[in-house]
This record gives sequence, structure tokens and C-alpha cells, in this order.
Amino acid sequence: MNASTLFGLCAAALVGVGLYGLIVNPQPLRKILAFNLIGCGVFLLFGAIARRGAAVGMGGDPVPQALLITGIVVAFSATALAVALVLRLFDETGSVTLASDAPAKAQADPPDA
Amino acid sequence: MTLALAVDISLTLLVLAVAGWIIAVRDTFAAVIGFVAYGLLLALIWVRLAAPDVALTEAAIGGGLTGALLIGAAGRLRKTEAATRAEYPGVLIRTLAAILAVTVAAALAVGVLALPDPAPTLAPAAVASLATTGVGNPVTAVLLAFRSMDTLLEAIVVLLALLGVWSLAPDRAWGGYPGPRHHADPDGILAYLARFLPPIGIIVGLYIFWIGADLPGGKFQGATILAAMWLLVIEAGLADTPPISRTWLRVLLVIGPLVFIAIGFAGSITAGAVLAYPEGYAKPLIVAIEIALMPTLVLTLALLVAGTPQRMPPQ
Repeated sequence: MNASTLFGLCAAALVGVGLYGLIVNPQPLRKILAFNLIGCGVFLLFGAIARRGAAVGMGGDPVPQALLITGIVVAFSATALAVALVLRLFDETGSVTLASDAPAKAQADPPDA
Repeated sequence: MTLALAVDISLTLLVLAVAGWIIAVRDTFAAVIGFVAYGLLLALIWVRLAAPDVALTEAAIGGGLTGALLIGAAGRLRKTEAATRAEYPGVLIRTLAAILAVTVAAALAVGVLALPDPAPTLAPAAVASLATTGVGNPVTAVLLAFRSMDTLLEAIVVLLALLGVWSLAPDRAWGGYPGPRHHADPDGILAYLARFLPPIGIIVGLYIFWIGADLPGGKFQGATILAAMWLLVIEAGLADTPPISRTWLRVLLVIGPLVFIAIGFAGSITAGAVLAYPEGYAKPLIVAIEIALMPTLVLTLALLVAGTPQRMPPQ
């Protein structure tokens, strides 16, 4: 087994681990972390494919490598926006729950007041 | 088994173990620390995959900046952890999630094993046209010549993310300072590092930026190092974030994409296509775009970590 196949399989497993965490963990920050695990798995899969494109003395195909750099920067900015949303939710409500019954309670309160 | 394969297998097992730890550990703060380690391990894998440019980006942004951002958020959200832990789903949901995760991973694994041989590659095409750009690093040539549309849109996406973060500010803090005002012991180790490291970090950052034309490196990696140095000074309480209403700040934030767009459209007149460079002028134009993008990227990346404006602007 060569390095690109090994890391390609590793990437597939990372996507699986991240997907499980994304669904199961109720905390928004942990969901963001899990989503980043999936993202890194996708990047790694792409990188393994780039490595297979090694030719003319280059270690890998430079086109996917350049797109990976773009992808990592965009993933960071999306993460920053998601974290800012969670922190704003915390500032507004004092909790970060995503449970569907919690907002319903909050909506039921104003008519009584 | 060769030594290289042994290293690769150990790296794979280590990364998978850290990923499992990030998902399974109870304490969010511990999970974030695990994520920083995960980013650095992935950077090692990028080196093993012969992608040093990606390795630098992953270590600087994937591990470093994302880690700093998440550590700050985990610290602020610590109080909410006990409450949300009660919402952990039951056995049925967890089993279904595990089945779905294994299915997706298995499908991807089958895809990896069924990849075509010989693999399609654009490396010969990139190398053949490298001389027309005047840069020596094929990845930089792809980023700023062959696929410069991606890089232009990326610079705009990063800016849009910052606008999104800013627009979450409460009305009273609009135009104010992003993030909390940091205070640290003026004689402590953090303040010492914030005085000692930036001169070194700035030189390393500028070097990585400049060398990117010919060797692994580039503006994203260099800008991240410069942003990290600025954030270090801010976290040590030696400086404050600028209020987002400052004109100089807004000018520097848009100058990179504006120069990129201007040179891109000038190409439609001088070279016959948008984002094309006239023959012989590719290298100076690429350098001009990179220099214009540099302050934009440094400020945007640092301010994305600093977060939403929280404090009133000075009256």
C-alpha cells in the first residue's frame, strides 16, 4: 500500500468520525469542531488524489494543492463566522442550546407577560 | 516494511486517535486542544504527501488561528456545558448516526481504492506554462495566474465572513472595538513573549510571503504569521484592536480585492481576457497583487479571530 492510498483511507475514516460527532454531540461548539474534522478529511482525500498526480519531477499535482490552500482559508473564515454566531446566541439568551423545545418556551412567555 | 511506510502508518493511527478523542472527550476545552494537535499532525501528513505549501497553511491556519479562535470561544462558553450535556441523544439516534458514519466512510474508502490508474494530472500543463508567469513555485502560479479567479473570490469570501462577524454586533457596540480588552501581568511571561516574539515573527512572516514566488510559502501563510504576532500583542494587553469604524482600517480591508479586480479587468484590455496578464508583465503584476492583498489578509484574519465588536467607540 502506498502513502496516497493509506492517507486516502485515513481521510475516509476522518469524515466518518466527524459525521458521527456532528450528529451526536449537542453542543454547537463541538458541532463546529466535528464539522472541521469532516472538512479536514475532505481536504486530505483531495490531497491524496493530488499526490497520485505526481509527474514531471513534481511531488504532486499543483492545481489541487493550490485549491486546498484556498479551501483551508475559506474553512477558517466560515468557522470564525459560526463561532461568532454561537457567541452572539450566548450573549442574547445566556445558553447555547439547539434543542427545539427551548425556543418554544421562550416564545410562549411573552403573551403571558 | 520500509521506514517511510512505518512513519505513515503511525501518523495515520495518531491522527485517527486524536480525531476520536476530539469527538469523545467530555470537556470542550480539551477537545479544542486536541484540535490544535490534530492540525499539526495533519501538517506532517501534508509534508508526507509532498505538499509543503499546504502543510504551512494547515499548521498556520488549521491548527494555529482556528485553535486560537476556538480556545477563546470555549473559555467563554464553559458555563453552558453542563446544561447542554443533558441534551445528549439516546441510544437509537447514536446507533443510527454510527451506521450512517460507517456507511459514508466505507463509500469513500471504496472510492479511494477504485481511483483510476494512471491518475489524471495537470502537473505537466502547469510546469509547461510556468515560464510565462515568471514565478518558480507552481502552486503560486496556479493561485495567481492559472486559477486566479479562485483566489480573487477567496479574498472576497474572507472579507464577507468578516462583515458577517461584524454585523452580529449589538447596536450599542456598532463601530466599536472587536473582542474584550485584554489585560495581562505587565511583567509576566505573556507580556514578555509579546515583546520578544513579534520582531522575529514579522521577519519570518515577510520572508515566507516573499519566498512564496519560488519556494513553498506565500501570502496566506505569511499573512497568518503576521496576524498571529498582532493577536499576541493584543492578547498580552500591550495594544487594543482598532474600532471597526476607522477609515484607514476599512481602506486597508478592501484595497487587496480592489487592486486584484482592477488588474484583472485591465487584463481584458491589455491581454485580451479578464484576469490575464500581458506578456512579460506577469511577474510584476502578480507581485503587485500579492503586496496589495497582504495587509488585507493580515487584518481580516486577525479581526476574524478577535470577533464581534463589543465595546463602545470613544466619544
